[in-house]
Amino acid sequence: MVKFIIRRFFELIPVLLIAISITFFMVRLAPGGPFTAEKSFSEEAIARLNEHYGLDKPILVQYGNYLLNVVKGDLGPSFQYPSRTVNEIISESFPVSLELGAWAMLFAIVVGLVSGIVASLRPNTIQDHVPMGIAMTGICMPSFVLGPILILVFGLWLGWFNASGWETASDRVLPVITLGAAYAAYIARLTRGSMLEVLPSDYIRTARAKGLSEKAVILRHTLKNALLPVVSFLGPATAGIITGSFVVETIFNIPGMGRMFVLGAFNRDYTLILGLVVFFALLVVVFNAFVDILLGLLNPKTRQHS
Amino acid sequence: MNVKAPILLLCATAILASCAKRETPVEIGNREQILHRGIGTEPKNLDPQTTSGMPEFYIQSAVFEGLTAQQPGDSRPVPGTAERWDISPDGTVYTFYIRPDAKWSNGDPVTAGDFVFSYRRALSPALSNPYAYMLYCLKNGEAFSKGDITDFSEVGVKALDEKTLQITLNAPTPYFLRLLKHHSWFPVHPPTILKFGKIDDRDTKWTRAGNLVGNGPFTLTSWEPNRKVVVEKSQTYWDRDTVRLKEIHFYPIDDMHAEEYAFRTGQLHITGETPMERIKHYQENNPDVLKLEPLLGTYYYEINTQRPPFDDVRVRRALALALDREKIVNYVLKAGQPAAYHFTPPDTAGYTAQARIAFNVEEARKLLAEAGFPNGEGFPKIELLYNTHKGHMRIAEVVQQIWKENLNIDISLLNMEWKTYLTQKKSHKYSIARAAWIGDYEDPSTFLEMFITGGGNNDAAWSNPLYDQLLAKAGREMDKTKRFSYFQQAEKILMDEVPIIPIYFYRNKSLVHPAVKNWEPSLMDRHPYKYVYLEADE
Repeated sequence: MVKFIIRRFFELIPVLLIAISITFFMVRLAPGGPFTAEKSFSEEAIARLNEHYGLDKPILVQYGNYLLNVVKGDLGPSFQYPSRTVNEIISESFPVSLELGAWAMLFAIVVGLVSGIVASLRPNTIQDHVPMGIAMTGICMPSFVLGPILILVFGLWLGWFNASGWETASDRVLPVITLGAAYAAYIARLTRGSMLEVLPSDYIRTARAKGLSEKAVILRHTLKNALLPVVSFLGPATAGIITGSFVVETIFNIPGMGRMFVLGAFNRDYTLILGLVVFFALLVVVFNAFVDILLGLLNPKTRQHS
Repeated sequence: MNVKAPILLLCATAILASCAKRETPVEIGNREQILHRGIGTEPKNLDPQTTSGMPEFYIQSAVFEGLTAQQPGDSRPVPGTAERWDISPDGTVYTFYIRPDAKWSNGDPVTAGDFVFSYRRALSPALSNPYAYMLYCLKNGEAFSKGDITDFSEVGVKALDEKTLQITLNAPTPYFLRLLKHHSWFPVHPPTILKFGKIDDRDTKWTRAGNLVGNGPFTLTSWEPNRKVVVEKSQTYWDRDTVRLKEIHFYPIDDMHAEEYAFRTGQLHITGETPMERIKHYQENNPDVLKLEPLLGTYYYEINTQRPPFDDVRVRRALALALDREKIVNYVLKAGQPAAYHFTPPDTAGYTAQARIAFNVEEARKLLAEAGFPNGEGFPKIELLYNTHKGHMRIAEVVQQIWKENLNIDISLLNMEWKTYLTQKKSHKYSIARAAWIGDYEDPSTFLEMFITGGGNNDAAWSNPLYDQLLAKAGREMDKTKRFSYFQQAEKILMDEVPIIPIYFYRNKSLVHPAVKNWEPSLMDRHPYKYVYLEADE
């Protein structure tokens, strides 16, 4: 297991290097620069700013310097927010995205598992059709549609929640549902599917024949095996939920990383975009590795294969 | 199972009921004098000498105060940190007397030396202040800013004693006292700047909450990026007895729909914008909260005068004459924006242009035929460039249709993301582009000077020596009538040669809660917070 973890760690390096390199050169290909503005700076001012931030050096030198700094853990200053560094911006916005993502994931898992199990117990009855119908709608409905609908109903008509912001505990409810809904729906379908595969197995029949309670059969025996595909979905889903929340963050005005990423791209804030990409890449790789380890623990077969 | 269901139901009801009867931030604010204001986007910084946007200004104007200030709904300059001033007979030397009781938020007295330091900083080449040019009216200001001279004592700013500041200008600048209300003229606290870096460091941490020391009616309490900025009433401000608000909370909400939702759920007293499609709803159902007020800005199309067929003035005039602006303001904008038949907005510090580029299809067709395109035949396929935005798209679509109907020419629409659009426009790789200009101060020169030869924002690449001369003359002229007559002549040239097609004059479109008092219309979107208070109608 230790060897497995060490190997995953070394696999991380080339992934990060590729992500940094592609992003580094891509953002510079985009027209305009960080100091392109409507009320234009004078040419001397732009030259001085470029010099100040090292943007006047040959691009390969800039690239080399950037890599060196990343190794040192320094993601550089933000061009657009001169009083803050990229490290600070990430350390401020990541906890917000993490909190939003964690609640959304919890919501997705609880709602997804429960409705998936409920649906699988009486397939092709109303108990199956209703949750699966809702799930299908959930998968199809993008967050930029669901978010405003929830705001309209629960914020404006019923007045239960604020329309946006991240101030009070109740401000978490609508964005968490918006972000988690699609994942809940996906988990519900996955759970139902694999439950239906596992339920007819011989060992389930044996368990029932032994006279175990239905609860024990479902929760202890069926679910444990039926969970495998769900768990392997959780890795990319968790990374996706944390990194892909920028739409939800914009709709609900949440100060998370996704919003910073979009602002960074619009502003050509090279260091901010790069810093966030490095961080996102790290997250995805770590979560995937984590899930691989988890799967290994759940199912020894996977461990042998890898 | 039978027991659990009712319990769950009960819990759910309890949770929902607790949410249902809540007091909104606006209601609490009305009671406690806390103003909630939407400011659009996250402020890039709070340093008045390195920023250029309105979101930043909304906060800076609460925590800093210039030599002059203004009252609600009246743009005329009144004493701010300076209690009075003398002006030399030739209009080039101003002597300001700083209030004895003017203090920084840490208790230090505000001195003339602080202003000298601040203006030196604002002009420092290394600071790269985007608004350094606002201080070019100072004697030798431009030379210092461009590094031609390095001795600041040659620049026209001098502290005669602790409380007396003398400012010497290149030329009489009749709008100088108005200019001083701009954030680039706000003072900064020298010991604070120097504590966190050099005088001309642009990326230090002096503007953070806890570090920032200001001289305005409010002090910075907290700044949570992308969440909110909070300022509270200053205990050291000289006119603190006038200040009635306890706190102001500024919310950066990029999405104007999200901002409008926040207004409707009682989270905001004031929004920055109102979505175009919601205007009608407010006009019909809630006209009291919708504030459609003149703003010192012009929306126009800029023409690349170097690129055929637009190097021919007849073609440019034909396009301008054929444009039915009333159609655009009445059917697309619908928020009372006046159609623009000249460039400088009407009544800019008392100036209204007499020149007109009328709507005249006959004349337009004639000119187009003279230029070699009778009934639009042979007219090249050209592109109309705009930055991606629903409002710009709708206007462009209507313009496209109007030109097709009136001149029988085809133009295609090209939208680009903001920075790409700017790059195209600045490098003159366009034919016609959407543009807009919001005045920096209330004077026609902030508009007309854009189009002097080689001007940084003259993306039309247009040049007319007579125009340049007229503006130079206006810059030296003391007499208001003569000055305005130079502007009239210049604007006439601009409208005869049409490097730009004015379309409409801006309106501020904000939503303001009825409890907000002393929030008067302002051409420059300036609302002195120290007079604002909250009073909910029973």
